[in-house]
Amino acid sequence: MRRLLLVFSALGTLLLVFILLPLLHTLVSAFLDWEVLEETARSSAFWRIFGLTAYAAVLATLTAAALGTPLAYVLARKDFFGREFVEGIVDVPVVIPHMAAGIALLSVLSRQGIAGALGLQLTETFFATVAAMLFVSVPFYVDVALEGFRSVDVRLENVARSLGASGFEAFVKVTLPLAARHLLAGAVLCWARAVSEFAAIIAVAYYPMVISTYIWEVFLSEGYRAARSAVALVLILSLLVFVALRVLTKPSRGRR
Amino acid sequence: MERGEYFVILGPTGAGKTLLLELIAGFHTPDEGKIFIDGADATEIPPERRNVGFVYQDYALFPHLSVEENVQFGLKLRGMPRDEAEARSEELMELLGISRLAKRNPKTLSGGEQQKVALARALAMRPRILLLDEPLSALDMRTQNTLRTELKRLHRSLGMTTLHVTHNQTEALVLADRIAVLMQGSIVQVGTPHEIFRKPKNEAVAEFVGVENVLSGRVVENVGGVARVAVGGFELLAVTHVKSGNVKILIRPEDIVLSTTPSKSSARNCVAGRITAVTELGAVCRVELDCGLVALVTKQAAEELQLNAAKEVFATFKATAAHVLPSGNFF
Repeated sequence: MRRLLLVFSALGTLLLVFILLPLLHTLVSAFLDWEVLEETARSSAFWRIFGLTAYAAVLATLTAAALGTPLAYVLARKDFFGREFVEGIVDVPVVIPHMAAGIALLSVLSRQGIAGALGLQLTETFFATVAAMLFVSVPFYVDVALEGFRSVDVRLENVARSLGASGFEAFVKVTLPLAARHLLAGAVLCWARAVSEFAAIIAVAYYPMVISTYIWEVFLSEGYRAARSAVALVLILSLLVFVALRVLTKPSRGRR
Repeated sequence: MERGEYFVILGPTGAGKTLLLELIAGFHTPDEGKIFIDGADATEIPPERRNVGFVYQDYALFPHLSVEENVQFGLKLRGMPRDEAEARSEELMELLGISRLAKRNPKTLSGGEQQKVALARALAMRPRILLLDEPLSALDMRTQNTLRTELKRLHRSLGMTTLHVTHNQTEALVLADRIAVLMQGSIVQVGTPHEIFRKPKNEAVAEFVGVENVLSGRVVENVGGVARVAVGGFELLAVTHVKSGNVKILIRPEDIVLSTTPSKSSARNCVAGRITAVTELGAVCRVELDCGLVALVTKQAAEELQLNAAKEVFATFKATAAHVLPSGNFF
């Protein structure tokens, strides 16, 4: 048994190295290339685009939560004909290539598509960016929320009802607090996925630029060194957000 | 059910007991039939407006709330002023002896304590009916005994109409004013504990409530409500209205007294037999005889009589202990 764990640990370490090596190498080399890094860090375009990206991802996440929470709850509580099919639909954005997702969105958002038929021009807008983010990241929220609701015993809701709570009150006072950690974790995953999206966004909106399209453009127009500096900054910011959320959502002692 | 009654539904696992309670509480809508509470049709009334207290087998306490928050859950929802809600929850926790646990998280409590919290939470709403779903089954033997006494005491002091479902005969026997036997989704017999345990309506009920002696026989004659019944190699007396024909005789094993010398009494039956097996079951021994009878005797009696296999003994039981089922009354 000990030998098995040793071998498995070695294999696991290999994977960790594979993840960390490119990230650390990029960071270190970017910092050694201080001038370029400083220039990127001082550029207002970088910060504006990063802020816009974070904001768009927040909107996508809020939309996912507003529409995905009820859906996840229904899927968790109601066993109806075709439920598994519906669950499958929710996961479709995960399994299709993101460029394909973007092109598919284009058929709805473009002037030649459904939006155009309604006289709307939605491509190359902030709305399209958020829509693309939502499309690719919503499964992450719904899946985790679903798991969260399934983990709440339906009998707790029953008891709440017998104590005078309406269906909605039971949901708000019992189910929601008990599934909160799942919902939050789902939202974090959803947000992170939205921030990192590239292909689906670039298909529907090259402008307004988000961080991934910005890095792509810098890479093409100014080369590897400039792109690397932007990547290093994004890495640090992502890490900060990640750590902050970890700390904020850490279960408090005693309770739960 | 009558108001203020402690009513037990007794049935084997899987008979539909929990579902029945959930229907009464309104968690499900019946496919057919109606539910009446206080004489009014409640079938379409949502659970939150039925005012029915529910206690689940595994308590279903809200894990994100403290003990007192659990107890006050319904009161706060109802908009009761805070001090009033606190007073009532304190009173109930006092009654159940769980005041010292008020600030604790339910997860840190023992099974028995959790069950008391669940009871306090349900009682806080002063429900019209208290529904108890196997409230003692998840507890160890000793806690079961204390909580059973507690339930009895609570019912006496509050007079709460209570519907308790269980598969445990002892619970039913000790607590119930009346018992309904539920088997395969339908109620087979309703009666006082005495009626259910001494006069089961058919063989299935008899077997379920622990009547181990089921003998086939034929009524030879009936004089003034006491029948002479031929059972295999012997005859016995039974108090019954059955005048003739094939019958089943049901005798509870604890109603049979074993002795080494025959006892003579007109109202008693005395059957000779040879012991085929003696099994110790804690404080009692189960003794099987070759005449087909099974008796439960105390361990002390078994030792005094030196009961062991192959010994000749006499089995004595009253004519009133032999319950007669006419043929055609079985499944």
